[in-house]
Amino acid sequence: MKELKIQPIENGTVIDHIAAGNAIKVLHILDIPKGHSSIVSVAINVKGHLGKKDIVKIENRELDPREVNKIALISPKATINIIRDFEVADKFKVKLPKEIIGIVRCSNPTCISNANEPVKSRFKVISQDPSKIQCYYCEREPDDIVERII
Amino acid sequence: MNFKGRDVISIKDFSKPEINYILNYSKKMVAYAKGERYTDLLKGKVMSSLFFEPSTRTRLSFGCAMNRLSGRAIGFSDPSKTSQKKGESLADTIRMADSYSDLIVIRHPQEGAARLAAEFAEVPVINAGDGAGRHPTQCLLDLFTILTEKKKIERNKVILLGDLKYGRTVHSLAYALSLYGVELTFVSPKSLQMPKEVIDECRDLGVKPVSTSNLEKAIKDADVLYVTRIQRERFPDAEEYNRVVGTYTIDNKLLQNAKQDLIVMHPLPRVTEINPEVDKSPHALYFKEAFNGVPVRMALLSLTIGGTL
Repeated sequence: MKELKIQPIENGTVIDHIAAGNAIKVLHILDIPKGHSSIVSVAINVKGHLGKKDIVKIENRELDPREVNKIALISPKATINIIRDFEVADKFKVKLPKEIIGIVRCSNPTCISNANEPVKSRFKVISQDPSKIQCYYCEREPDDIVERII
Repeated sequence: MNFKGRDVISIKDFSKPEINYILNYSKKMVAYAKGERYTDLLKGKVMSSLFFEPSTRTRLSFGCAMNRLSGRAIGFSDPSKTSQKKGESLADTIRMADSYSDLIVIRHPQEGAARLAAEFAEVPVINAGDGAGRHPTQCLLDLFTILTEKKKIERNKVILLGDLKYGRTVHSLAYALSLYGVELTFVSPKSLQMPKEVIDECRDLGVKPVSTSNLEKAIKDADVLYVTRIQRERFPDAEEYNRVVGTYTIDNKLLQNAKQDLIVMHPLPRVTEINPEVDKSPHALYFKEAFNGVPVRMALLSLTIGGTL
C-alpha cells in the first residue's frame, strides 16, 4: 500500500496546484502560521498529472476565499478545497481580487510607497493570468512580482 | 459636468469629454489670464502651493492663476526650510496644508506623491509633477496650445522629440493625443526611447506610433514638433547623459524642411535643444505655450474649488 506523505485532513482547507517551490511564499502571503493555531502541513515538489506542484493543508480552519485569492499572484492555477469530514465540501480556483494591498513592494525605487510614509503598497490588478498588476501610486507595472513580495 | 472637489493627479483620471470641457472652459479664461478682464471668482479662497522640487513656470503660473481669480496662495518652493528637513512625512505635511487651504498644488520628486497627497487631503489636490511620473496640467496646457493654434487636436501629425524615456510630459501627452487619434512619431536617441508601456497604451487607443531617430525625415510633414530637454537630473549616471545630450538641435536650417504652419512646442526649460534663433520664427510657440499654463490652471482651480464663470 502506498503511504501518503501527507495524511488527509478531517476538516480544514487544502490549497492544491501551487506552482512548485512557492508553498512557503503562499504561507507568507496568507500570514500563516502567524495568527493561526491550526496544524499546517506543507508538501513541496509533489508529482502531479501536470508536473510538480506544492500543496498546503490547514487543519480545522476554512480560509475565506477572498483572502486566499491573493495567492493567485504567484500561483494563478492554484485550487482551494474546503474539507469537511474528510470530504471535499467546496472547491474553487483562485482569482485575483481587484486590488492587492500590502503584499507586493513597488519595483520603482522612487515610488512614494517605498518612502517612509504611513501607507501600504497598493496595486490594481490589470490581468489575471498571467498576473499583471499596476502600482496605484506611480502606475509602474512590476515584471517580477514573485521577487517583490514583501 | 461637475469637477468640484475633484483631484487632478493623472490625465488618465479624465475622460475625453471631460478633457474637452476643461479645454473649452480654459478658452474663457484667456482674457482674465491676460489681465484684460477682472473676476473675483475665488475671492477668499486659499491655495497651498507645495513645491518640493524646483520649478519656474508651473509654480509661477499656478500663483498667477490663483491671483487672477482673486484668490490667495500660501506655500513654499524650498523644502529645506520646512519640517520635511526634520523628517516629517509627506502625509503629515499634507494634513497641515489641508487644514490651511481650499486646494493643494504639489510638486514632488517621488512618483505617486500626488496620489498619496490626495489620500490624506479632504480638499482637492492638483499634481504639478511627481518625479518622472505624471504632470497632468502640463499635458492639458499642451493640448490647449495645439487646440487653439490648429483649431483641432484630431488629425494632426505630432512628433515627440528628445528624452522620451525619462520625460514626464511626453508620457502623459502621448496617451492624451492618442485619445484624439493623432498620428504620433517618436524621435529620440536609442537609449531614451519611449517606454513600451506607453507605446502599448497608444496602441490600445488605436494609434500606431512610429519610432525613429531620423528627425530630418520625420519633420517634413509634421504639424506639431514637441521638443523636450534631455534632463540631467533624471539620469542614473553622468556618463549616459553626456553620451546623448546635444543629439538633436532645432534650428532654422532644420525648419526650412518643415511645413510653413508647423508649430514648435517645448515644456521648457530648454538648454541647447532649441537654438535661440528659432525664437523669432513663426514656428516658435513655446513661450505662448508657457502662457497657456495660466488660463488652463485658472480653469482647473475654478472647476475644482467650485464656482465657474
